[in-house]
Formats: sequence, structure tokens, C-alpha cells
Amino acid sequence: MRPIVVALLCAALSAGMALAKEGNECIVAAGSVGPDFGLPHVAQAISKNKLDVAVIGSASSELNGPAGTNIAYPTWLEATLRELLPGVTVKVSTYARARETAAEMEAKLPRIISESTPALVIWQTGTADAIRGVDPEEFRAVLDDGVDKLRAADADVVFMNMQYSPRTEAMLAVAAYADAMRFVALKREAVLFDRFNIMRRWNESGVFDLYGATRTTNVAERVHDCLGRLLADVVIAGAKLAPVASKGTE
Amino acid sequence: MLLPKPDRDLRLDLFRGLALWLIFLDHIPSNIVNWLTIRNYGFSDATEIFVFISGYTAAFVYGRAMREQGTLVAGARILKRAWQVYVAHIFLFAIYTAEISYVAHSFENPLYREEMGIFDFLQQPDITLAQAMLLKFKPANMDVLPLYIVLLAGFPPLLWLLLRTPAVALGASVSLYALTLYFEWNIPAYPNGNWVFNPFAWQLLFVFGAWCALGGAKRLSAIIRSPITAAVAIGYLAFAFFIVLTWYLPGLSALVPQWLEDWMYPIDKTNLDVLRFLHFVSLAVLTVQLIPQDWPLLRSRWLRPAIVCGQHSLEIFCLGVFLSFAAHFAMVEINQGVAMQIGMSLLGIVIMVATAALISWYKGIEGRSPRSRPGPPGATLVGGGV
Repeated sequence: MRPIVVALLCAALSAGMALAKEGNECIVAAGSVGPDFGLPHVAQAISKNKLDVAVIGSASSELNGPAGTNIAYPTWLEATLRELLPGVTVKVSTYARARETAAEMEAKLPRIISESTPALVIWQTGTADAIRGVDPEEFRAVLDDGVDKLRAADADVVFMNMQYSPRTEAMLAVAAYADAMRFVALKREAVLFDRFNIMRRWNESGVFDLYGATRTTNVAERVHDCLGRLLADVVIAGAKLAPVASKGTE
Repeated sequence: MLLPKPDRDLRLDLFRGLALWLIFLDHIPSNIVNWLTIRNYGFSDATEIFVFISGYTAAFVYGRAMREQGTLVAGARILKRAWQVYVAHIFLFAIYTAEISYVAHSFENPLYREEMGIFDFLQQPDITLAQAMLLKFKPANMDVLPLYIVLLAGFPPLLWLLLRTPAVALGASVSLYALTLYFEWNIPAYPNGNWVFNPFAWQLLFVFGAWCALGGAKRLSAIIRSPITAAVAIGYLAFAFFIVLTWYLPGLSALVPQWLEDWMYPIDKTNLDVLRFLHFVSLAVLTVQLIPQDWPLLRSRWLRPAIVCGQHSLEIFCLGVFLSFAAHFAMVEINQGVAMQIGMSLLGIVIMVATAALISWYKGIEGRSPRSRPGPPGATLVGGGV
């Protein structure tokens, strides 16, 4: 009996270590993802022990596991924030809808603000606009208007750009939209979570095989897990950065 | 191999050949060799070089044709060229559609449910194909040829004006550019938005190239040769390099003052931002100062591969777009390692050079054959008249 238990224990332990190592690997391989600007409203919310976050996005902010459970990055973000912020009530609400463009999301902002009064809005966008060929200039203007609305409602913004998708890379021109997001983020001193480059580094360093064709959600789940945890780190680092960043408060 | 006419400025062929290589490299996604291309070091990229030199050579070739054969014949030849470019574009679209259909059927991953949306257009070929032929539906990286078709189609009356009153023609071009920026004119695209390269804005560079070819460069030579101009150009290139650096190292962006960011961004490629135009002009001025027209290396075998590509730019451009599809496809299906990226980049350039040499050889044998049509003077340059 005892050898079996030991073997089981060893197996469990090594599996756990492998998982931890892999988790760690994806964080390390992501490179530096620190926020460029502070998140003052998040800092304030943490000091009041209540942090409400809204995630606005399209299909890449949703992912359901085999059992139908939600395993998309907002879930991991919420879990990690709770872990890192003991004593703070953290709630992450997701407003994700497939094929929705930035303009359609922007139109929903007032409703989202009144519904969940977020201190932070994670705005994932770009892919749907690239697929539909929305004018990048219009896309940029919409993001700009969105930042106005969110700041007027005392919410910080973190933009999340598109996924790195090596299979479709030559067919979907995302550069103009990624540039627009970077421009708006720089100009408005909002944080940009550069999902595209993070995923590209994962692919390059072999942490995840993003080329592989599969029907299972195994890789997808681990990608979202890592994204959620990285995002949580960015949120907390942004909150710590807030008091110093004088320009970022407006 | 057919030797070009002695009065042909080989620098044009050289830099257009290099631009074609850069466009090919830029169109292979996730390619480490991309880091060599100029777009990572400043505002403008190979597209500016290609459009400017195309305007320059078009004016050079068809300007002479217009003087010697008359407005009607030269105009007809320009439109024939536009038609050839259109046919080439539709051919590329067919290849693209074949590739994307294959990928759509062979790839599945829940992570990329959203990205699979690009295959939606395959569901309604009736609309998509018609829109593609109207040049309204343009897949990724297939925007340069439609721009070029429109520029050529509008070129005959402009060339006529350039030959009579160059200043008025250039003034008209600048006015159209300014009005386009002010009224936000562009050609609508399908399913949404506008053309990625706005022809009403990009014509400025094409016409500027044509104007330079028809005596403008001579008129400006005092300014172009001046060391003050060189100093300003170097300063501007350094500034652009620093700004581009802040995009890759966001920590540096704190060094860029807010007023400058407000004024500068966005640096618009669709409408040929003035910052991009100036960046190209700075590069061009320095190039002209550093490399004289009779630079011995231009006749050497070392630069021959780029020059021969530049002399058959339409064919090599199309081949480059196809090869970038093919290279990406090979990387997806076989291996995406750095060695593969470098290998595919080199192989692609070798194929481009070999094809250009083959086209030159064909032109040579066809030119010598007795059944060839009696070409007008300068007809050998038409292949390079893109």
C-alpha cells in the first residue's frame, strides 16, 4: 500500500511542480509587461477595499472549458487579484460579445458604467475591426471618445490589443489597429496590455505552440490563465505607480 | 542580358529593386529579417520609395513617348499599363483566395475562434468576388497595386499638364492632397472603411516623382546639393529614429513632450502623413548626395541583382507578394524557426532575382526576333515603366 501512496504522491508533486514551472515560464517568457502609466482610480479603490473591474471585449475574451465553465482570462484575473489583494472585495464583470467592433463597445460604455461602476475597465478590441475593415482612423477616434467617457466616470482604462495568431497573420492586417491602440494609449496616458507581443514571445520561446491545430481547449486555457495573471500584475503595478504619475491622473 | 539605355538612371532601378525586396520581407509576418527593413527606423517605408520611383520612371518613359508620339498614343500606352496592373492584381487575388480557403479548412483552435472570422467572406463568393474585381475588397497586403492602378489611370492628363506647365501640375497635386486631408476624401472599400492607401493623398508622391523626372530635380539641384539641406535631413532622420524607438521601448515615451505627441500622432499611413513624406524626402536627398549617378558600383555585378529586379518591377512586385504568402505558408506548415525565417527570406530574394534575370533574357530574345513589333524608341524601358 505504502509504495503506491508514495508513487502517487511523487506523481502529484511532480505534476504540481511541472504546472508551477510552466506557469512561471509563461510569465518569464512574456518579458516586461509593466504599465507605462499609473492607475489612480484602482489605487483609490484598493484603499477602500473594494475593486470593481469591467472587461469589455469580443470573442477572444470568452472561453468555455469542456464542462462549460468559464476559463477565459477575466476569470483568472479575478482569482489572481483576490489572491494578491487580501481583504479587498474584487469583482470582475465581463461584457464580451463575438464580432463586436470598438464603436459598438463604445456605445455600450454608459450602460456598463452604470451597471458595474468599475474603477477599471479592461478594453479588449481590434480584431473584429480588422476583420470588418473598419477605417483605422475611425477606430482611433472611437477609442479616444471611450477614454473620455471612462475618465468622466472615474474609471481607469487598460487597453488590450489583439491576439497573436500565426496561422492567420498573413491574412489579417492588424498593424494599423495595433498602432492606433498604441497611439491612443500613449497620447491619453492609458495602459496598453500588449497581448499581441506577449503571445508572440510565448510562441517564439516555445512556451506555447500557437500554430498547432486542435479541437481541445488545453492550450487555450493555459494561454488565458497566463494572460489573466499577467494582467493582474499589471493592474497592481499600475495602482502602485499611480501616486507618482502626475500626468496620468487626468 | 539587355543593357539599359545609357541615359537611364540606374539608381532608380537599384532603389526600386531594394524597395521590392523590402516589401517582400515586410509582407512575411513574424520574420526576424523584418528588422532590417527601413520602416523600423523611421516614419516612411518601402511603399514611399516604390511610389516615388514609379512616378519618376512613368514620367521619364511616357513623357518621352508623349513628346515623340503624341498625347493620344502615350495616354493609350499608360492606360494599357494600368490594365496590365489590374490583371496582375486579380491574378494575385486568385492565389490569395486559394491559400486562405486551404487554411480555413485545415485549421481549428478554440483559442482563435475570433480570428476565424476572416474566413467569413468565403461564405458569400458572389459578393466578395464582385467587390474584389471592383477593387473594393482587398485582402491584407494587397493594397499597393490598386493604388498604382488608380495613379496610372489618372496619369495621362496630368502628364500632359506636367509637360506644359510643371509648376501648375505640381500645384494641382499639392492642392488635391491638401483638400483630401481637409475634406477626408477617399475611395470606399468593402465591407467597411476606405482604401488603405488613399490615392488622392498618395498621388502627391507619385506626381512629385514625375515632376522631378521632368526637370524638377534639376531646378532643385542647388537645394538638394546644399550641405544645409543634408544637415536638416540628418537631423530629421535622427528625430524620426528616436520617435520610432519610443514605440518599441515605451519607457522612452516619457521623454517625448505632450505637445509634440498631440501634434504628431497619429502618423497616418493611409493619407501619406506629412511626417512620412518628409522622412522619405530626407532619405532621398541624402541618397542623391551620397550616391552619384555615375557611381561605378552601379555598373558592377554586386548591385546587378537589385537593379535587375527594379527594372521589372510589376512582375517582381507580384512575385514578391506571392512569395510572401508562400513563405508564410511554408513557415506555418513546416517550421517557424529563425533559420527557416532567414532561409525563406533569402530564398525569396533569390527567386525574385532569378525571375527578373529570366524576364530580361526573354525581352532580349524577343527584341531580337524578326517578328517583334517595331518598338518605339525607349520601348525597352516600358517594362521598367511601372
